[in-house]
This record gives sequence, C-alpha cells and structure tokens, in this order.
Amino acid sequence: MHEMGIALQIIDIATASIPPDMRSARVERVNLKIGKLAAVVADSLRFCFDIVSKDTPLAGAELAIEETPVVARCKDCDARWTIVEPVFTCTACQSGALEILSGRELDIVSIEIAQEESHETGGGQ
Amino acid sequence: MKPVEGNKSTREVKVVTRVLAVNERMAEQNRRRFAEKGVFVINVMSSPGSGKTTTLQKTLERIMPGIRAAVIVGDVSTTHDADRLAVTGAPVVQVNTDAFGGDCHLAAHVIEKAADAIDLDAIDLLIIENVGNLVCPAEFDIGEDARVVVLSVTEGEDKPVKYPTMFRLCDAALLNKIDLLPHLDYDKAQAVGYIQQVHPGMPIFEISARSGEGLEAWINWLREKIRVKLAARSK
Repeated sequence: MHEMGIALQIIDIATASIPPDMRSARVERVNLKIGKLAAVVADSLRFCFDIVSKDTPLAGAELAIEETPVVARCKDCDARWTIVEPVFTCTACQSGALEILSGRELDIVSIEIAQEESHETGGGQ
Repeated sequence: MKPVEGNKSTREVKVVTRVLAVNERMAEQNRRRFAEKGVFVINVMSSPGSGKTTTLQKTLERIMPGIRAAVIVGDVSTTHDADRLAVTGAPVVQVNTDAFGGDCHLAAHVIEKAADAIDLDAIDLLIIENVGNLVCPAEFDIGEDARVVVLSVTEGEDKPVKYPTMFRLCDAALLNKIDLLPHLDYDKAQAVGYIQQVHPGMPIFEISARSGEGLEAWINWLREKIRVKLAARSK
C-alpha cells in the first residue's frame, strides 16, 4: 500500500547517485535488497515504479530484487537459523531473546547505468 | 576510449542506502526534539475497527489532568476520531493523509509538522494514533519511544502471525473488547499464544475500552514509561 512512496524514494536516491559525468545517462537496472520481514510487495513496487519513473533517468529500468531471508541469532545460546514460519523462539533452547540478523532490509545496493560510447554527451534528458 | 557507433556498456554504481533513509533521519530528529522536552511518545497502531480511538479516549479520561497529554490522529480522511478525542480536553491535531497522497501510514515528516501545532513544553505524553492498518505503519519510524498494537477479539486469532512484522516491532499489545468474549467463539488462549510466538515476552493487556475492565494495568505500564522518560530528562 505504501509502495508508491517507496518507489519515489528509490527514484530520488538512484537519480542522486548518477555520477556527475553521466547526467544524461539512462539507468537500466536498480539492484535492491528487500527482507522478507519488510512490508513490501515486489509486484506492487514494480507497478508503482513503472508509473512514477516515466520522464526520469530511470524510465524503463528493471528493479532487480534480492529477497533476503529472516535469519535470527539466539542471545542465550548463540544458535543461528533461518525463520520460515512466524515463530520467533530459538529452535535449540526455546528462548525468546532473539536478535534478527537479516530480513528487515529495504536497501538500494547499486544502480546500473547504460553508457552510450558513440557520443560524449546525449541531448535532452 | 575510441567512440564506436552503437557500442553500449553498463557501469554499476554502488549506492548502498536504506530506501527509507530520509524518513529515518527525520524520525531521529523528531525523537531528539521530544527527548529535549521530556515528552514520552507512543505510536498506537491497529487494524481498522479494533477500538483504538475508544481505548485512547478512555485512557485519556483516566490519566488526565495528572498526566498532560496531547494527541496526533492520522486518518486517510474525516475528523471523526479527532472529534471524539477532543472531548477529553486533550489538544488534538488531526492529520489527513490524503493530503499527502492517500497514504496508509504516518511518516516522520508529517509528525514533525503536526508537532509544530502542539506546545511540547505543556505536555508529558504525546499519543500518535496511526492510520488503521497492520502493514505499512510498521515500516515507518516516526520518532516514537514505544509502539503499541491494539487488536480485538472480534478479529481473527491469527492476526499476530499474519502480520508478524507489526507484532515484533511493538512494545505492548492491547487485546480489546474482552467484554464480548461470552458471545463469541474467539479462542483467546490461541491469540495470546500467537502473540507470544511472534514476540516472546511482550506485555499483553486484556482490556475492554467499553467497560473499563483491564485498563488499569495498561495505564500503569504507560505511567511507568512516562515517569522513566521524565526522569531521564531531569538528570
């Protein structure tokens, strides 16, 4: 439901990350890392992104989403495991004192920019 | 490099930024501002219809004027909730998120603006009633000290496992409408079990905002939090 706002943030961050010497370039792909516990629906995000990226250097760019699993560490017995069901107790000692090591990410990792080498600078956008 | 017609290559630029970094910075700014004033801030979240507004209304009636409170109410539209809360005498600021694009949650910059309308020197407690939704508000830090989720016995027992992010994130759960239990097939033990499974050790307060049952324990929890916050400021 809030994917539109997230899509706008991605465009802002990605646009600001284009190096100054490549301002006219087109972003082909945005690499994202999204945790399974982040409240983001990939399909909705792509749908929103396609709409709001029009007329920006990200128009037509692909969102490559790497979904990170929920990995927990038990603070009592130091066990580590991947959580697949919504059960947040230690699989080894049943403790509820967990540290979530991954699974809440909502990160832009990198952007991939197309370089047209036939011209020094492109016109327009 | 020699220009070659049509030769394309791609260059990868590392970014490594939290997508919501702007919101997180703004939330930290809010948190510092509230801490300077010694104001304890709770973010109250729930699905629509859980009885959040009634719970807050009854809570305010019991803690005021001993505790000086103000409320920020987020709703997609209408001022109905704000009108109900204003009856308690607490200053109420209504935020209609549709002015910000029909958002399903409150974001930190919205709270920053809303807080401008409140005299922070004159309050000990700021209650933020978030938009009724168990998904999106979990993703947006707004600068609160504690998060509370309200659920009611007229919803499914399995809400906690359907929305684990919300329930993990919260510091307390209020299970509301327990006065209706005799009329329902609701399995309370299962619901409580699910909450404990998703967030072991989280305090769960069984309440009826309507009858007032159970409110005392919840209010004592809240009072203690406010006391600690005020004490931290006067150090």
